[in-house]
Amino acid sequence: MGQAIAFYTLAAFILGFAVLVVTTKDTVHSVLFLVLDFLFVAALYVLLHAPFLAAIQVLVYAGGIVVLYLFVVMLVNLKRPPEAHSDTHRRTKLGFGLAAAVLAEVAAIAAYGSSLPATPSAVGAAMPVAGNTEQVGWMLYTSYLIPFEIASMLLLVAMIGAIVLAKREL
Amino acid sequence: MMDNFVIPLVKILVVLNATLVGVTYMVLLERKVIAWAQSRLGPMRVGPYGVLQPVADAVKLMIKEDITPVRADKWVFTIAPIISMVPALIVYAVIPFGPTVSIFGHPVALYVTDVNIGLLYVVSVASVGVYGIILAGYASNSKYPLLASLRASAQLISYEVAVTLTLVSVIMMAGSLSMVSIVNAQYNANVWFAFVQPLAFGIFVIGGLAETNRAPFDMPEAEQELTGGFHTEYSGMRFALFFLAEYANMIVVSSVATTLFLGGWLRPFPNVAALHFLDLIPSWTWFLIKSFLFLYFFIWIRATLPRYRYDQLMRLGWKVLIPLAIANLVVTGIVKVLLH
Amino acid sequence: MITPTHYMLLSAALFIIGVIGVMVRRNIIIIFMSIELILNAVNINLVAYSSQLQNTIGQVFAIFVIAVAAAEAAVGLGIILAFYRNKETVNIDEMNLMRW
Repeated sequence: MGQAIAFYTLAAFILGFAVLVVTTKDTVHSVLFLVLDFLFVAALYVLLHAPFLAAIQVLVYAGGIVVLYLFVVMLVNLKRPPEAHSDTHRRTKLGFGLAAAVLAEVAAIAAYGSSLPATPSAVGAAMPVAGNTEQVGWMLYTSYLIPFEIASMLLLVAMIGAIVLAKREL
Repeated sequence: MMDNFVIPLVKILVVLNATLVGVTYMVLLERKVIAWAQSRLGPMRVGPYGVLQPVADAVKLMIKEDITPVRADKWVFTIAPIISMVPALIVYAVIPFGPTVSIFGHPVALYVTDVNIGLLYVVSVASVGVYGIILAGYASNSKYPLLASLRASAQLISYEVAVTLTLVSVIMMAGSLSMVSIVNAQYNANVWFAFVQPLAFGIFVIGGLAETNRAPFDMPEAEQELTGGFHTEYSGMRFALFFLAEYANMIVVSSVATTLFLGGWLRPFPNVAALHFLDLIPSWTWFLIKSFLFLYFFIWIRATLPRYRYDQLMRLGWKVLIPLAIANLVVTGIVKVLLH
Repeated sequence: MITPTHYMLLSAALFIIGVIGVMVRRNIIIIFMSIELILNAVNINLVAYSSQLQNTIGQVFAIFVIAVAAAEAAVGLGIILAFYRNKETVNIDEMNLMRW
């Protein structure tokens, strides 16, 4: 019962702020709504018994990536005021058509899935550690070590690339 | 009912009130300590020995006129100080002031809650606190605050990396992210982590000074530079919120440093039975004494060291502290594997 | 009783909002932020099923998605800055240097 109230409240906030992100004219307000959206998604992860991922979402997404967006927005806004003219809506019909297609597909999956029994299958492997953080760490460092190392190299390459692209003189 | 709602609510009220009173009296402490360092007396007029000075300051700031610049973004201008203050206060939910004691026969834990990811929560909340500074400079709609806020936020996010890396070394020593477990690990190891990880301790203190925009790293907000930094256009109660948020951040850094490196609520030499008379001082008083030592140290540094230039500051953060923190992490990992 | 189907519908709705944002808006920074919304929708789906099937692999995958999103945001914003320095615009309709 409490879980249902929490879920519906968080879902309403997440979708509401997402709509505000997409429709606000002022870019800085849009970025702020995105931060709030990410914070509510982190609260949703806590509801889903994934506290480590919630902290990582706040730390990396809300506290790192969106700060980067805010910096770029402020550097780009420096010479001109925020967009005063309205968007001539480009590709509106295509956008809504795609949205309707995705919605129909998801409704079909939901209808199909509700006919199956919803049991936690025995997919979960037994791990020698307890606790959410320890389990995530165990999987990252034993079964998925190679993707982990590749992800770290990807981040290194992205960092160097971003510095090279954004430098004034090379 | 009692355990789930009433006791946590009372704890939250006590912690918040203590923090806010502590923050206002930090103002007085800073003025007094800097005055003594400069061979003068500091505030002496209001109340005996100037003890009521924070009350006078609070009244002054509250009755000042609240000016909003003409073309400033009203909503963002209003919430920027709030975004600065809130993360500094909600970190207290995971800081342990003492173990579980029994008050009137009822076992009460002297911390608001013990989350499994306690230290990660502290770091992630601190990283959200950057928004207050960025938005304050942007919303003021004027050149100098914008430049100062970009500098201040760049400084904050640079030193965040070094501080987080030192925290990982501490987590490796303690084996858990929960703050209470870290203190218990220091109890079981019979040693405070400051002696086992001196480099991490040093980097954490320097990084903590930079994270809270304290001297000698306070270039973005000093009055002589950039006309007062990101809070130039703020007046009255909003400026008071920024001011208090900075002191609250300082108390948070001191509390976290105490918990991680100085043994939290443990008395010195907790396992030596001959010093049992030190148990007369309750655990939370030891915590407060150690935090106060840190706060005094921060103010002492402000009175003593000159200010770092901005490029020197960034060079220190990126080229000196981060490699040292990574080296510390690697050495800690190697030693832990070799000793197992 | 909140089943993973509820989470999947929430994830689909967030995904749709992100797709509409990418298709309809002209400011390239807003388009990038809508892409972040899409990635978050995928993450919600992964974590919901990881919670129901009691397998941590969903959360590990979500961590990788977050890492890749960080890398992509950094490089993408670098490109935007470099373009802005040359052409003084963030309007995606005016970014047509490669059109014949």
